[in-house]
Amino acid sequence: MQGDTASQAATLGVAGERPSTGPLVEARKLTKVHPARGGAAALVAVDGIDFRLERGEAFGFLGPNGAGKSSTMRMIACVSPPTSGTLRMLGMDAATDGSAIRARIGVVPQDDSLDAALTVRENLLVYGRYFGLSRATVRERSDKLLDFARLEDKADQRVETLSGGMRRRLTIARSLINDPELLLLDEPTTGLDPQARHVLWERLFQLKSQGVTLILTTHYMDEAEQLCDRLVIMDGGRIVAEGSPRSLIDAHVTREVLELRFADADREKATDVVLALAPGPVCQRVDVLPDRLLVYADDGDDALAVVNAAGLEPLTALVRRASLEDVFLTLTGRSLVE
Amino acid sequence: MTELSLAPPLREFAAEWLKYRRTWRGSIVIGLVNPLLFLTGIGIIGKLIDSSATGPLGGVSYLTWLAPGLMAASAMQMGFGSGGFGAFRAAAPGGGYRAASATPMSPTDILLGSLLFVTFRLSLLSAGFLLVQALLGAAPTWWAVLTVPAAALTGLAFAAPMAAWGIATKRFSTMQTVFRFVVQPLYLLSGTFFPLSTVPAWLQKVAYASPLWHGVELCRDINLGRLTFAAGAIHGGFLIAMVIAGVLFARVTYRRKLHE
Ligand SMILES: Nc1ncnc2c1ncn2[C@@H]1O[C@H](COP(=O)(O)OP(=O)(O)O)[C@@H](O)[C@H]1O
Ligand SMILES: [Mg+2]
Repeated sequence: MQGDTASQAATLGVAGERPSTGPLVEARKLTKVHPARGGAAALVAVDGIDFRLERGEAFGFLGPNGAGKSSTMRMIACVSPPTSGTLRMLGMDAATDGSAIRARIGVVPQDDSLDAALTVRENLLVYGRYFGLSRATVRERSDKLLDFARLEDKADQRVETLSGGMRRRLTIARSLINDPELLLLDEPTTGLDPQARHVLWERLFQLKSQGVTLILTTHYMDEAEQLCDRLVIMDGGRIVAEGSPRSLIDAHVTREVLELRFADADREKATDVVLALAPGPVCQRVDVLPDRLLVYADDGDDALAVVNAAGLEPLTALVRRASLEDVFLTLTGRSLVE
Repeated sequence: MTELSLAPPLREFAAEWLKYRRTWRGSIVIGLVNPLLFLTGIGIIGKLIDSSATGPLGGVSYLTWLAPGLMAASAMQMGFGSGGFGAFRAAAPGGGYRAASATPMSPTDILLGSLLFVTFRLSLLSAGFLLVQALLGAAPTWWAVLTVPAAALTGLAFAAPMAAWGIATKRFSTMQTVFRFVVQPLYLLSGTFFPLSTVPAWLQKVAYASPLWHGVELCRDINLGRLTFAAGAIHGGFLIAMVIAGVLFARVTYRRKLHE
């Protein structure tokens, strides 16, 4: 299995370890203001954020819609100049060396920019030629990338005929045509069905294991937990927390969460009773959601015993491990996905 | 961004060629059949005109007088369309520009490549037109060959500023309206169908501001082998100035749209 991956890395020609010289990407006070246009006021989409990442990391931006993830990614992709702050990548300055940086990165934008009039293979050809690759090189890499994306039998079909998952895989294949050192993925699985998501995750794992540095954005906490070594949580253009998925959960929430649902008639009274239990020896904190209560506790079963001892009979009670969703809720008071 | 190399614009040219390849047979047929039908029809009507009076035309047949003007006018139409509508579509989802702008290509590379391709299409169109024109005996001298680049320049004088507008606009319909109510009437005001000497003086002054009039005059003088240096400099200079102004303007709008 190990050898398999290594040989695929070699045949794909994906950039593996290269001598490291400082951080791969470093942002300081990075800011994007979308100027006022046609009645709409100017909008601060990214509000002075700092982050850095090293070669080989899988780094994530987790946040709800409108948090500023895409605005950040477009600056990193060097297709949107920062309004202020600095962004250094691959030892260069994103503000002035955009073309040279774009030559060395791969980009999977949020709304795929495939050319609908061309076939799968032609999309790869045109894209590879934009990087100045020879036809022969593009042809050779296309075969491997189509194999990687499991699109060999679609090679000569028009992009219009592909499903959402296939388009996404093609966009990822296309982003690898220049053998990038850094791959940017903006919401790679949004809008895909669960099966298509899992196929995509598997491909991304494969890239990660080959040493490609990944930056991805998502508003799915399970995706962030699965794919990211380290992530920042974004809200309203700012970074509200940073760390590995595990360390964020450890730092901001308890080990387990007890989810309680009550019958409509009981809800109000039950909410008051449960709120009175925290902070206590077992239940540390309670969040009230429209349809359920979340009780944070290091042991969810103990918390349920305390709830039952208080004379409450929930319709359903579920004990689960705490997730990044809970971290987000704790930090911002809102859910990731409305 | 500072050094300007021809290689990146040629990549955009190649990308657009790849797409065009699907339809080029169809467009070549249209490019030949249109002038054939039109010029044949005009040739018949022209005989009637010729038999009454050709004084204002300078003693040549109406067909010979008209054909280069029509060539310039159809180049204008194509230039307007592939410049304006083309840039709009290429920048929209499913178009080619958004992919290109994520690569080392600069917005200016993309712009120049697109205009290069428009120039290529304009040249094909005009060459087809000239072929039909020659077959009908309306290309009296070998000078007529030079009407092909002159017509292409006329088209480009529309394509460059239109690309600047087309990439920036949100509404396709506004461009269509301008096409219908500004560009089409230019035909009538630019001495395409009848000599300007036959219209009131104030209308002649309007025509001098029309890029199409300069294109029509340039092509017509070349076709009749009577282009003077001064006329060539004025008409050619006017058209080249439009191209340069359009490119400078489009560089800004392309950068704003593709790398905002
Ligand atoms: N090109 C743009 N012009 C104006 N406002 C924009 C533009 N792109 C994004 N925004 C605004 O900036 C904010 C952040 O958007 P975005 O970066 O797309 O967030 P996310 O990807 O996290 O959903 C939103 O309020 C959005 O409406
Ligand atoms: Mg987004």
